[in-house]
Amino acid sequence: MNNIVVAPMLIPLLTAIFLVFLRPYLKIQRFLSILSIIATAGASFYILDLIKKEGILRLDFGGWLPPYGIVFVADSFSMLLVLTTVLVAGILLFYAFSSIGQEKEKMFFYPFFFFLLTGVNGSFLTGDLFNLFVCFEVMLLSSYVLITLGGNKIQLVESIKYVAINLLSSWFFLLALAYLYGTVGTLNMAHLSLRVAEVGQGPLLTIISILFLIVFSLKAGLLLYFWLPGSYSAPPTAIAALFGALLTKVGIYALFRIFTLIFYHEPEITHTLIGVMAILTMIGGSLGAIAYNDIRQIVSYNVVIAVGFILTALAISGEVAMEGAIYYLIHDILIKALLFLLAGTMIFLTGKAKIEEMSGLIRNYPLLGWLFFVTLLSLTGIPPFSGFIGKVLIGQGAIESGSFLLLAVAFISSIFVLYSLLRIFMNCFWGETIISEDNHVQLKKGMLLPCAAFGIATLVLGLGVEALETYVSDAAYTLMNPEVYIEAVLDSQK
Amino acid sequence: MKINDVILRTVTKIVVFIILTFGVELFFSGHNDPGGGFIGGLVLSSAFVLLYLVFDIETVHRGVPFDFKKIAAFGAFLAVFTGIGGVLFGEPFLTQAFGLFDLPILGPTELASVLLFEAGVAFTVVGVVVTIILSISKDV
Amino acid sequence: METLVTLLIGILVTVAVYLLLSRNLIQFILGTAILSHAVHLLLITMGGLKKGAAPLLGENATSYTDALPHALILTAIVINFAVTAFILVLAYRTYRETKTDDLHVLRGFKHE
Repeated sequence: MNNIVVAPMLIPLLTAIFLVFLRPYLKIQRFLSILSIIATAGASFYILDLIKKEGILRLDFGGWLPPYGIVFVADSFSMLLVLTTVLVAGILLFYAFSSIGQEKEKMFFYPFFFFLLTGVNGSFLTGDLFNLFVCFEVMLLSSYVLITLGGNKIQLVESIKYVAINLLSSWFFLLALAYLYGTVGTLNMAHLSLRVAEVGQGPLLTIISILFLIVFSLKAGLLLYFWLPGSYSAPPTAIAALFGALLTKVGIYALFRIFTLIFYHEPEITHTLIGVMAILTMIGGSLGAIAYNDIRQIVSYNVVIAVGFILTALAISGEVAMEGAIYYLIHDILIKALLFLLAGTMIFLTGKAKIEEMSGLIRNYPLLGWLFFVTLLSLTGIPPFSGFIGKVLIGQGAIESGSFLLLAVAFISSIFVLYSLLRIFMNCFWGETIISEDNHVQLKKGMLLPCAAFGIATLVLGLGVEALETYVSDAAYTLMNPEVYIEAVLDSQK
Repeated sequence: MKINDVILRTVTKIVVFIILTFGVELFFSGHNDPGGGFIGGLVLSSAFVLLYLVFDIETVHRGVPFDFKKIAAFGAFLAVFTGIGGVLFGEPFLTQAFGLFDLPILGPTELASVLLFEAGVAFTVVGVVVTIILSISKDV
Repeated sequence: METLVTLLIGILVTVAVYLLLSRNLIQFILGTAILSHAVHLLLITMGGLKKGAAPLLGENATSYTDALPHALILTAIVINFAVTAFILVLAYRTYRETKTDDLHVLRGFKHE
């Protein structure tokens, strides 16, 4: 029993509820939000450290022992993601202070921001498939509200598509849960893993696993990403950055969890399928990223490429590749938030979204230009930035297991990332400036500083890989050895 | 155009109280029988919706001057708070306690902290449902 | 009994798919509502439709029902209720803003 495990979900939840009461007091809302982020980050860091000393932590809600009760399980993988999520959300909050506008702040922006955080952290921490569904829904409902906040025409139309596709995927989720429960009679993940191993992953269970694959692919944007570029380019910048950084990652987390813990017996079918889907995702994402001229679309397709790239590691599935995937996940949460912020700031400054209509921004805003350059290098995987180590390890894993096709596509997709971003960089930052003296919009410090913070974060993460090494290797070890997880969850003595 | 709705108004004045009583009854029976916070809350909110339908929003608002968004938040707080209660006593999150008490009029009664949790759920449901109905109807 | 309920679920899904394919926004929303009722029924059927006493309340009965599917669909119904309410409000706002509830027309609003 470790009540601290629930803290990363509970603190945002309580904050969200309190902030509803403080609706007219914006200053207090902002102050409380920052305080809550600091508290959550502190608790997450404490848990991560505790895991290093005591192994995987577990909390049985209401004292009902697993597999009967609801459990929260904190292992290194989930806690690394929780910690990154909270830190990124904190920096995004600062960007929101200066950009979101009073009207939206009064329309419960902060409460729903924290409800979203509740859902994301809950999904990372839960040890129960149905609870995962509930946390997903908490996250999605708050994202529905955030995407429509402000309610202009494009937002409303895009959010209908977004809600519709997510309703459908939630339906498939329930369907898969029903079949799984009818087949093995449990929904606790560790217990499921045991039971599936006992009865063997026959055709029926494999089909159920593919249902789960469809569900989480829809959420993560693996192959089924057609809804993503439209929805992610509709909301205000801070919200789009939050979505781009976090929402797809929760789907990716669920895919990793399920296909390493429960359905790992038939890799010829499921993991091959994931590999094929990852390849198609990367190809489709690359085509989209170079085809569009709208900067928001390009950025959204970059999210898609990253999803494909991370899931090649799951298709390869070895300890080295897993380590690479974890590094890359953390890196991608950071860098996608930065990329969305930069794109949004550029649109805010010029009032235009097409890349051929912008030019010479680096003369007016030098720091913004260099930050974009850093993002570009980091996303492509140039050392010393944070994208490097993940790409190297995934590549190493691919060579060790002989998956050369995946390797080739993954690294060619990096070239497309480089090209698509270079296109933005050369069109928008180089050349003659389009902004005359009197049209010059002052770049707010509150917008630039969060971007700079992310820029420093990617450098620090790149240089400080050694410090993360123990946590990441432990996380990868747990992923590849399900019995560690199962023992920690089902051991009633703990 | 003013609709002649004397019958509707007269019936509503009585029926609302029946609905409210039934809602409370459902809420309390929820511990060991079908019922509980969610269903009780839905029935309670149906009474409010009926009021809003029959009388206009301003009239009802004069009689029931609550911000229903805050009621929803209060309910959520109550529900989460009972969960934290367990943590304060060194038990796992969401642990519930119950015991038999000898109450003055009711005699020996079983009281459980789940009751508070369910009350929170009921408040949330009432708050959310009424907020939704109001947000659709306000700008017609 | 299970077979009958499964057939009912099939009919519900058929109706829901028909509604989902409609161009009318409200029909689409009704379709999603019916679709989720179908899956709730499926959840309770997969748990097994048995007669028996409620679990945990006493130890006298000879057979108990499985409480978990009931808890699951209760949660699923609550979530579905919230989502349906939200999408109804969303549809209404969209209708006010765009003056149409035809999904094909709504598709026309591009980022231009």
